[in-house]
Amino acid sequence: MTVLDSKIPEGPLADKWTNHKNSLKLVSPANKKKMEIIMVGTGVAGAAAAASLGQMGYKVKVFCYQDSPRRAHSVAAQGGINASKNYRNDNDSDYRLFYDMLKGGDFRAREANVYRAAEVSNSIIDQLTAQGVPFAREYGGTLATRSFGGVQVSRTFYASGQTGQQVLLGSYTALKRQIAKGNVTMYSRRQMLDIVVKDGQTQGIVCRNLVTGEMERYAAHAVVLATGGYGTIYFLSTLAVNASGAAAYTAYKRGAFFANPSFIQIHPSCIPQLNEYQSKLTLMSESLRNDGRVWVPKEKGDKRKPGDIPVEERDYYLERRYPAFGNLVPRDIASRAAKERCDAGYGVGETGYAVYLDFADAIKAQGKKTIKAKYGNLFDLYQKITGENPYQQPMKIYPAGHYTMGGIWVDYNLMTTVPGLFAIGEANFSDHGANRLGASSLMQGSGDGYFILPYTIGGYLADKIKSKPLSTDDPEFEKVENEAKNKIERLMNIKGNTSPLAFHKKLGKIMWDHAGMARNEEGLKKGLKEVTDLEEEFYKDLKLTGDTSSMNQPLEKALRVAASFEISRLMLRDALNRKESCGAHFREEYQTEDGEAMRNDDQYMYVAAWQYKGDGKEPVLHKEELKFEFVTPTKRSYK
Amino acid sequence: MKLTLKIWRQKSPKDEGKFETYQLDNASQDMTFLEMLDAMNEKLISEDKDPVAFEHDCREGICGSCAMMINGKPHGPGKEITTCQLNMKAFKDGDTIMVEPWRTNSFPIIKDLVVDRSAFEKIMEAGGFIDVDVAAVPDANAYPVEKHKAEEAFDAAECIGCGACVAACKNSSAMLFVAAKVSQYALLPQGKIEGVQRAWNMLMKMDELGFGSCANTGACETECPKGISLAHIARLNREFIKAGFTKLAGEKR
Repeated sequence: MTVLDSKIPEGPLADKWTNHKNSLKLVSPANKKKMEIIMVGTGVAGAAAAASLGQMGYKVKVFCYQDSPRRAHSVAAQGGINASKNYRNDNDSDYRLFYDMLKGGDFRAREANVYRAAEVSNSIIDQLTAQGVPFAREYGGTLATRSFGGVQVSRTFYASGQTGQQVLLGSYTALKRQIAKGNVTMYSRRQMLDIVVKDGQTQGIVCRNLVTGEMERYAAHAVVLATGGYGTIYFLSTLAVNASGAAAYTAYKRGAFFANPSFIQIHPSCIPQLNEYQSKLTLMSESLRNDGRVWVPKEKGDKRKPGDIPVEERDYYLERRYPAFGNLVPRDIASRAAKERCDAGYGVGETGYAVYLDFADAIKAQGKKTIKAKYGNLFDLYQKITGENPYQQPMKIYPAGHYTMGGIWVDYNLMTTVPGLFAIGEANFSDHGANRLGASSLMQGSGDGYFILPYTIGGYLADKIKSKPLSTDDPEFEKVENEAKNKIERLMNIKGNTSPLAFHKKLGKIMWDHAGMARNEEGLKKGLKEVTDLEEEFYKDLKLTGDTSSMNQPLEKALRVAASFEISRLMLRDALNRKESCGAHFREEYQTEDGEAMRNDDQYMYVAAWQYKGDGKEPVLHKEELKFEFVTPTKRSYK
Repeated sequence: MKLTLKIWRQKSPKDEGKFETYQLDNASQDMTFLEMLDAMNEKLISEDKDPVAFEHDCREGICGSCAMMINGKPHGPGKEITTCQLNMKAFKDGDTIMVEPWRTNSFPIIKDLVVDRSAFEKIMEAGGFIDVDVAAVPDANAYPVEKHKAEEAFDAAECIGCGACVAACKNSSAMLFVAAKVSQYALLPQGKIEGVQRAWNMLMKMDELGFGSCANTGACETECPKGISLAHIARLNREFIKAGFTKLAGEKR
């Protein structure tokens, strides 16, 4: 029997959230002032939630590792943010957005959560616009939209190719406003090291001040993790290099279940790795596939310049394989299709691991000026990195690790299996199933932050109005702080020969090779062993210099890498357990004759939630069955 | 390629700090500048030395973390790029490269190349937002915005808050930073309402935090990695003058 209660409300799909909100307990203004909330992370979800909660009157403390909340990696989202406004009169609706997301996620998400995400989407656009987010406009002054992958309507709002930056700054300024009002206190340059749980409830956090090296304790009635995903597990990814799943790992060790860890999105259009020195990969927004056509030569190993290859000798493989959606198939499908062509020897570029994304036809049809207005900054970014001009020759792209659909398990209230510990945005697992559709991460993060968590957390806090937060002098705080100190001491005292960066690179290679775009039993088992061997080596041969009483960036990195071993094992185990292919999780053993993912609804229509049982012990799998009451899961076809 | 790096080393805010010279023999033109620093730090760690602290995160020119003077220029050679986007192709074998942190009293040095830019946060808290509550908003299409104004507002909103404008200015002025925010909002109907008050509050805070006044040299625009135009400072000045008159009128009443 499962211990998981998703707390999905009863009633018709479209009424669930309204009914639930009406049934949630409220906290009175007088009591809100006494209720303390800790927010960890300041991306769109964290900043929005902190601003919302501050406005409501709660006492909020916000933490981030950067020098400013404005630097969280939501800032790098490019293409857009979805909403079911139906501004184009293309018959869009909450239901269609919900259905697209659910299908895009290969029917591995909860109906109720996904519907709610769609339901609040319109309010997000209203909110951000009011905050001064300069979304793209039509000549008449109304908001413009564009299309994204896996969708047949135009519902993506955007600000050039920097939508994430603008959406984040919208939430960041809302947060600044609450800080100015004194409702929210900001603690930047802090690395959260542990969560304090006592009497079955979350009591606070312990973090390291990255400037002074001091340990700090903070207590609250509830802790919210808005700490993003763990895509840097591959070392090379589109993520910020300091991003990691370390906070999620901490929650997992303190009893929060980790859900669907193997569901990780590989984004199809990134600038390919150019050399061995590279420290990260840069995304080229999915929006480019609105106008860019993806192709490779029909001839294997064709080394001619792209412009010299006549149209009839090109294989527009996405248009060929998926005529209904063409270049705008979802990300998992586009990624696998690129890998298939390159593995078969049709790839381009020096390494043969790239495909073309070509704008020549679009420029011919619409003019350079129009294309520049739509994607100018992305073209510039591409040129800065590669030295090639995409107005004159096609871009070369290849998939890279990008987003984690998996994450901390939460119920409908976004609460983890540890009472008082919540997870929002990419940090939780909730809305994207096995694959996320483009422009829905800003949407989910903002929705969780502005309109969902601020209500659901009240339902939890309403029962706590008589209690004060635990004293930070409590022995439990002492104990957790000592554990964190010991962990740091242990790392500092290894005094081996290998830097944390070198370990991260090694781990990344293992994970990309065995748990990347295609997985199989043999590779996954091999990966498990290699990760464990590497971890052993890490604790024997890690080298750190400097001290712990001032800024020590390699130490920060080592703490992140240390957490990544267990997350890697969770990913590998989860991928081994799931003997089917769905969304981004592609098991080579389970595919159709034409290479499409083969789902197994009879056996795997569930969320896999893993419970920590101690270091070196196998985690326990809990299954949350996914019930589809309102839609019938179909074979996911974009042909 | 072989490089000589003269890097500012400073243990803590109170430490005096000085340039240290390092040799790096295994640099490559294929590296970005930060990857070159990574290689440098790997070498320092292998020699049991404390690696150079520097800020970086997204490594694609959008988070605004990376910030350093390279050969006397904020973010180094090249136009409209951040340090993380700077390619080592800009240098050649045998070069000596000077690397230092932003130099301004308003951004105290924390360690090596890391400075404290919290003064920017304080300026933002003084008025860098639209005074609107969550959920208390009309439909997004309720206020049309002329396309070119929306685009100009976007150009201003591109600011990444890195501080290069301050580092480039001989007066250490934060005018371009303030102007970017004031101008973005002044161009939009949502932000116009409190535009005048915002300009006043943000500039007063900038002044209070010890940033200088505009030097009118345009160095900020030249060095801004996002190419934010001086025209925004002109708009800020107009808003500020209006604020002055409004204040005067208010005092008379």
